[in-house]
Amino acid sequence: MRPLTRACVIESGRNRFTVSITEDLNPELERELAAPFASTPGASVPEGGDVTGSGSAWRLIVRSFFDNKLGILGVSLLVLLLLFSFVGPIFYHSDTTIATYNINLPPGPGHPLGTDPSGRDVLGRLMTGGQDSLIIGIVSALVSTIIGTLWGAISGFFGGAVDTVMMRIVDVLLAIPTIFILLYLETIYHPTVLLLIITISVVSWLTAARLVRGETLSLRTREYVRAVRIMGGGRFRTIVRHIIPNTIGVVVVQATFSVANAILILATLGFLGFGLAPPAADWGSMLSGGVNYIYDGYWWLIYPPGILIVLTVLAFNFIGDAMRDALEVRLQRR
Amino acid sequence: MVGYTIRRILQSIVVLVGVLIIMFILQSLLPDPARAIVGVHASPAVVHAFIVQNDLNKPFYIQLWHYLYEIVWQHTLGTSYKLNESVGSILKRDAPKSFLLVGVALLISIVVAVPIGILQAVRRNRASDQAITGVSFILYAMPTFFLGELLILLFSEYFHVFPAEAPQGSTVGQILAQPTGLILPIATLALVNFAGYSRFMRSSAIESLAQDFIRTARAKGLSERVVLFKHMLRNSLIPIVTLIGLTLPAVLTAGLITEFLFNFPGIGSDYITALTSQDYPTALGITLIVAIFTVLGNLLADIAYAALDPRVRY
Repeated sequence: MRPLTRACVIESGRNRFTVSITEDLNPELERELAAPFASTPGASVPEGGDVTGSGSAWRLIVRSFFDNKLGILGVSLLVLLLLFSFVGPIFYHSDTTIATYNINLPPGPGHPLGTDPSGRDVLGRLMTGGQDSLIIGIVSALVSTIIGTLWGAISGFFGGAVDTVMMRIVDVLLAIPTIFILLYLETIYHPTVLLLIITISVVSWLTAARLVRGETLSLRTREYVRAVRIMGGGRFRTIVRHIIPNTIGVVVVQATFSVANAILILATLGFLGFGLAPPAADWGSMLSGGVNYIYDGYWWLIYPPGILIVLTVLAFNFIGDAMRDALEVRLQRR
Repeated sequence: MVGYTIRRILQSIVVLVGVLIIMFILQSLLPDPARAIVGVHASPAVVHAFIVQNDLNKPFYIQLWHYLYEIVWQHTLGTSYKLNESVGSILKRDAPKSFLLVGVALLISIVVAVPIGILQAVRRNRASDQAITGVSFILYAMPTFFLGELLILLFSEYFHVFPAEAPQGSTVGQILAQPTGLILPIATLALVNFAGYSRFMRSSAIESLAQDFIRTARAKGLSERVVLFKHMLRNSLIPIVTLIGLTLPAVLTAGLITEFLFNFPGIGSDYITALTSQDYPTALGITLIVAIFTVLGNLLADIAYAALDPRVRY
């Protein structure tokens, strides 16, 4: 064991602080930590872990993200899915009106993936369903992450009674499985894209709140936070400009996973019959429609929407994992 | 330890009361179910009588107070609006079946995921590890109902080995009397849980393997099997206890979907029927039972964690 002193740059909003950190590092652990960088071509990190030497922290994160094969796979999958859903309809025109004379047609000319029980083209519906599924998933993940981040940061920063009350509310909501609350709401109101975004956001901010609270508890005792307070910075300024920007790593990773989660929740709601009503579509509802024909061999009603859901969730999980690894690399390089 | 346990129990009761408050607020936001329950042909007087009888004209906190009063003094959870029986008797009949389904699936997934996770950690980054990681990644990304449908297509549509519908019956005994019908629902749930647990177990085992006591055990000349399945297993099991507590809501949600998909006569199916017919007392009773089990699971996990790991002190 030998103590190491390192210069460490902390960025908080526009402010930069240079702090020297002295830490005891197990030599074996240190070798292990250094090993991946020694063998990575192109990443010339000087001995001692110089952070600012090879570009900004974010550039390092991006570089190590793209060193990860699964990360690249996730991003490419996502790009393909976005192109399929949003650009696809420009090139592939389909009739999504009900046409009783060609219901449940198998894949063939004119209908590459056949038609559904109402005679609508499956491929065209997959594209519009993809738009709704991706928009609902991404927007509700963003909204829930913002709610959760603010909730967690305020709870952790103020501490005491505020923290107790705010965290007990989180505990209460965590005790009721998400789907149970959602079904309550969806049974009465006719699901629209906006309603689904709101309801999914309302039930999915809890994990983000817990994570950010944990981070805030350790951040609020840091020197730079104390410095801001001593210089007369208000509480909310401290939270918004200094605490939250420093939790951004955890928040971004969590947001990515919550997109995957929101898409799964949406699919489940659709499957249980609480998804978007036709002519709007979401993949879960389409799959639910296919279940009725499970014994008729109408595979084109089941596999395509199912596979698209799995691919989307996989893409966001891959990206989330790769980002978490990339951010950990940044922490190791400090 | 005793003080910690008492504090956690009190906290759990507060959480459960909070659950009830939230559910009553939610219900008060929903439209009045009276017309839907008594039917379109009922006279306004009948609708009014229903409203008065069920406190629907009172604010939610009065309704909550009556509900709590009934639980504590009359040991009842109210009467179903739709089925002519008490919510308590519905739960008594159907909850054991659901816990059979969820419990067996949970047990199987843990018994399979733990050794597989350890083997993956030992053979890290080899072909077998990567194959299992790939499978669990895909299972993890798969919605429960899609996995269930694939199993139905494979095992009852193409191969005709297992029936696609769960056994029907009002008691656990009747359900167990038709074991082939249980295989697909249990397999679906077990696979869904397995995906999460094996990924977690792998990383937990990798962490344990790097620790000093493993090196000591090997240096003492213990056989690899003793090192892995005695020394390491015990230490990697501690985080899995917490994980089971934390994942209970997800496990119960998957249970609800599996019940719906296979038409299993448990509280998950009851819940969806109750909601679509605006039978709020039944839905509320089921939500409460699920919340009690979630809170109890977390409580037991925390206490077990403190009991299993001598380093944890509160």
